[in-house]
Amino acid sequence: MMHCKLYKTLQTSQGPIELDVFFETEQGKLVALYGASGAGKTTILRMLAGLTSPENGEIIFENETWLDTKRKFNLPPQKRKVGFVFQEYALFPNMTVKENLSYALEKGESKIIVEELMHVMDLEQLQNRKPDTLSGGQKQRVALARALVRKPKLLLLDEPLSALDTEMRLKLQDHILKLHKEFNLTTILVSHDFSEIHKMSDTIIILENGKIRSTGIPSEVLLNQQNSKDINLTGDVVQLENDSNSCVVSISVGNNILKINVDEKELRKINIGDTVFISLKALNAVIKKIS
Amino acid sequence: MIDPEPLWLTAKLALITTVILLILSVPFAYWLAYTKAKGKTIIEAIVSMPLVLPPSVLGFYLLLAFGPSHFFGKFLENYFDVRLVFSFAGLVIASVIYSLPFMVHPIQSGFAGLSPSLREASYTLGKSKWQTVTQILLPNMRPSLLTGIVLTFAHTIGEFGIVLMIGGNIPGETKVASIAIYDEVEMMNYNNANVYASILFIITFVILLTVYFLNQRFSRSSYI
Repeated sequence: MMHCKLYKTLQTSQGPIELDVFFETEQGKLVALYGASGAGKTTILRMLAGLTSPENGEIIFENETWLDTKRKFNLPPQKRKVGFVFQEYALFPNMTVKENLSYALEKGESKIIVEELMHVMDLEQLQNRKPDTLSGGQKQRVALARALVRKPKLLLLDEPLSALDTEMRLKLQDHILKLHKEFNLTTILVSHDFSEIHKMSDTIIILENGKIRSTGIPSEVLLNQQNSKDINLTGDVVQLENDSNSCVVSISVGNNILKINVDEKELRKINIGDTVFISLKALNAVIKKIS
Repeated sequence: MIDPEPLWLTAKLALITTVILLILSVPFAYWLAYTKAKGKTIIEAIVSMPLVLPPSVLGFYLLLAFGPSHFFGKFLENYFDVRLVFSFAGLVIASVIYSLPFMVHPIQSGFAGLSPSLREASYTLGKSKWQTVTQILLPNMRPSLLTGIVLTFAHTIGEFGIVLMIGGNIPGETKVASIAIYDEVEMMNYNNANVYASILFIITFVILLTVYFLNQRFSRSSYI
């Protein structure tokens, strides 16, 4: 059981926001944190790991207090049994793959766990390579394996798959799920990807401006969140056209540019560079399998 | 023929200064790179002062401080029987102060240039600050360490004004190569001055060439 109550004022690019969250999760669950950038996801992970201190808060993990600001108690990151996988991997460039893993061992500890993790994560071929010579997916596997050498009970993953292509993503999702079950971990995963959350997590927490907007089982939360008759997209305005007979807004969504007709009144409210929300009726949508 | 002693003395001074500064600068630069203390800006300004201050200014105040007629000098002489003016030990202390920015700046930017997640990853792997610095941070900023070492060494070789002010010109004690050149010129021995000068010229060039060469190799193997 993990009990977590955190409060801190964050300085974001959109000005200060108050991060104020409370959540509890059972041991062995995989929890996904979802939200726009700047919503406080990474900060929550960092607070759980002890890398950032909240102004007020309390973290109790399996009956062990990690943080209690009322008693001015804050367990340093070294003493919390967490594995942290950073978004940019944070592998040590001066060490080989094997050395990166072995670094996490206690003094005199047996290397069996390193060998075992290299086997599970398919890293044996790469063990003598330096991180700079590895691909993104390989680096991510090393980072995951390294985070587990200390046999943590809590695994924190900060958008671990965001920089990878789809195929690698699917593979690593399976790897993460396997490790999560095999090591009986409680895992917290920051993700932007609904299908990933849907596939992997037991619980989703949706954050908005530092507050929890909704939480629950992913399929229910995600379906309730938006009317399924509508397709909701967000994108950035790249161009505005206004000639005598029509007003067109060009919006970049993922890899596509959508051109959408709007009223002249609407057009005046929108500027290039704005982030906008697009709602489309899904009545005639066609879905085709491509792979 | 020239007397080789000033050259040895220069090398000895540069070596001792570099070693002392390296030991002092690593923890100091670490503190400067990561602290959020308010006084940091003032301390950074003080560290940088030898870069712009005329050596004679620094030399003058050190002469006053070390001299037996002032408190610090008197204290050292009375209690430790040490006199720092016109002595090699005094030269070492003056050089350490004078070359401080040349060691601290590269190491500080080396620390600051490392991704903070390297440090944090090491902490989450259960490692102490000491283990993190010695096994992760320092090995990943070798070019910065090398730059600091070489710049300090080369800069100490090139000291003149400050040595003249507090060291004087005592053969075998404070007469370093740069002073010897001045001395020979004063005595119209241009040939001897030329030998000293060209040796310093070549040594400095070789040192700097080595740094640029090594830094290029380091960056190619992307250790930075």
